[in-house]
Amino acid sequence: MNRVARFLDSDLWWSFRTSPVAVASALVALVCILGAVLAPWLAPHNVLDLASVDLMDAFKPPFTEAGWTLGSDDQGRDVLSAIMFGGRTSLLVGICAVLFSTVVGVTLGLTAGYLGGTVDALLMRMADVQLTFPAFLVALLVDGIARAALPQEVHERIALGVVVFAIGISTWPQIARTVRGSTLVERNKEYVLAARVIGLGNLRIMATHVLPNVLGPVLVIATLNLGLAIITEATLSFLGVGVPPTQPSLGTLIRIGNDFLMSGEWWIAIFPGIALVAMVLSVNLLGDWLRDALNPRLR
Amino acid sequence: MVAFVISRLLQALPVLLVVALISFALFTFVGDPVAAMLSQDASLADRENLIRLLGLDQPWYVQFWKFVGNAVQGEFGLSYRLSRPVSALIAERAPATLELAFCAAAMTLCIGVPLGIFTGIYKDSWVSRLLLTVSLVGVSLPIFVLGMLLILVFAVHLGWLPSFGRGETVQLGWWSSGLLTVSGLKALILPAITLAVFQLTLITRLVRAEMLEVLRTDYIKFARARGLSNRSINFGHALKNTLVPVITIAGLQLGGIIAFAIVTETVFQWPGMGFLFIQSVGAADIPVMAAYLLLISLVFVVINLGVDLLYYLVDPRLRAQR
Repeated sequence: MNRVARFLDSDLWWSFRTSPVAVASALVALVCILGAVLAPWLAPHNVLDLASVDLMDAFKPPFTEAGWTLGSDDQGRDVLSAIMFGGRTSLLVGICAVLFSTVVGVTLGLTAGYLGGTVDALLMRMADVQLTFPAFLVALLVDGIARAALPQEVHERIALGVVVFAIGISTWPQIARTVRGSTLVERNKEYVLAARVIGLGNLRIMATHVLPNVLGPVLVIATLNLGLAIITEATLSFLGVGVPPTQPSLGTLIRIGNDFLMSGEWWIAIFPGIALVAMVLSVNLLGDWLRDALNPRLR
Repeated sequence: MVAFVISRLLQALPVLLVVALISFALFTFVGDPVAAMLSQDASLADRENLIRLLGLDQPWYVQFWKFVGNAVQGEFGLSYRLSRPVSALIAERAPATLELAFCAAAMTLCIGVPLGIFTGIYKDSWVSRLLLTVSLVGVSLPIFVLGMLLILVFAVHLGWLPSFGRGETVQLGWWSSGLLTVSGLKALILPAITLAVFQLTLITRLVRAEMLEVLRTDYIKFARARGLSNRSINFGHALKNTLVPVITIAGLQLGGIIAFAIVTETVFQWPGMGFLFIQSVGAADIPVMAAYLLLISLVFVVINLGVDLLYYLVDPRLRAQR
């Protein structure tokens, strides 16, 4: 069993399934996702449109003025709208990173498990080496190296892609290991043998026969990874090495707000922080619920 | 034993080699050191001379070998950003990071392990349930958000503790310590808590899971059947076997602390190696980045090696297999 699964594997989660908490977290997640996806239509102000931002509106405290529910930041941007647009970037990066790591992890895990031999040994050795380092550190180092290695203008253009790549590549070994494990079990079953007897190629057997049978646990890991990916993105952006400031994410918003924490304008950082925690917490809760729902034996 | 150590060392070598190659590639392919060092009106002959002087006309593996040789001696050249030797910069920043990491690790182990044991033994009490719920929030709370909240409450509103820096330090040889002054200790509290909380929630949950697993085993049932007291079962029999995996956990946790020290140091502007690394990434300061990359991989390799060795010493089954 992998670390995260074991770590969340407790009786509390079992009772969770039947408790209203799962429902509540689903609702929170839904609000976060809808707010982020529909930001251009729902948000009170369009913070990406620089022409509509007025410096005269800067530093409005929260809950004082209609249309500026959560106050405004140093540039005169509405904090609520900024959170909605920022959540969009965070969610986009998170989902893309998880998709990327899942595709890489499943492909490599399936290949390693099905082909075995040298390929297997090589791929798993690579996974071992990477697992020596915490995922966050891998993401940070990959991102930092790409930042230094790419010319400035190239990096600015593909910054979002770099972050997605860095976060995605940091979590593939875990998925690859899981998939490899289930593939080793499936490989020796009779339906695979039957497929081989009728002369199907390895690629065909892996993609259409083995793959559907090893995807179950991947779904759970991917959901839990989404929470992790959102946190990693926010942390990288907070450190100033994630998404560029031109495309605000929750992390960049908190980074900006952090500068005003000491001078009393707490809302600029705290509200995006709350949004981030709400999003991650609900995703994590859902991931665990999903695991129990998919596999009741896994207690 | 010797064979075991040697085989582990041989396995660790490729990791370091790959990281060294990446650092070397950063040095070689990013920027043009010759253009940076030559003046505008240098002739082509000057340029060739400098290239030969720097050894840049050699094949890449010769250059790589030289790079590794220098790295082993802690020689990484000058920082582009600060124009000072990288080795001096790192030696100056290391005590801050090590003191922070040590305090956070001590805090997590001293609080996390007992909490894990408690929630494992009394798994149905409301205190355990409450602790687990709180730890769940702790997992979802990004480390920098926690740091900010602590700053907001304890530095801005209450004004009890400083929000940035290390306070006064005392120089002990080359080591600058913040542990010996009141302001140094006060400055340490918030960063150490920030760094410890995430690891604390993790370790509590892992120890708890391990404890629950051990309590289910047959020999514990047998001990109960023999009529031993709960105290002797929990602490005499169960705890011993719970603590073996805790070694791995402690190793993992130390790794996590080193990784997340980068974030904590940035939030609290703690003058450590992680903060130095982030500033170097921002400024594309390659020598510092390369040195940090190699140093941190070395640290992780050593931690993993240490964990393996401890395991080998603690668990007799591993020795019997060989």
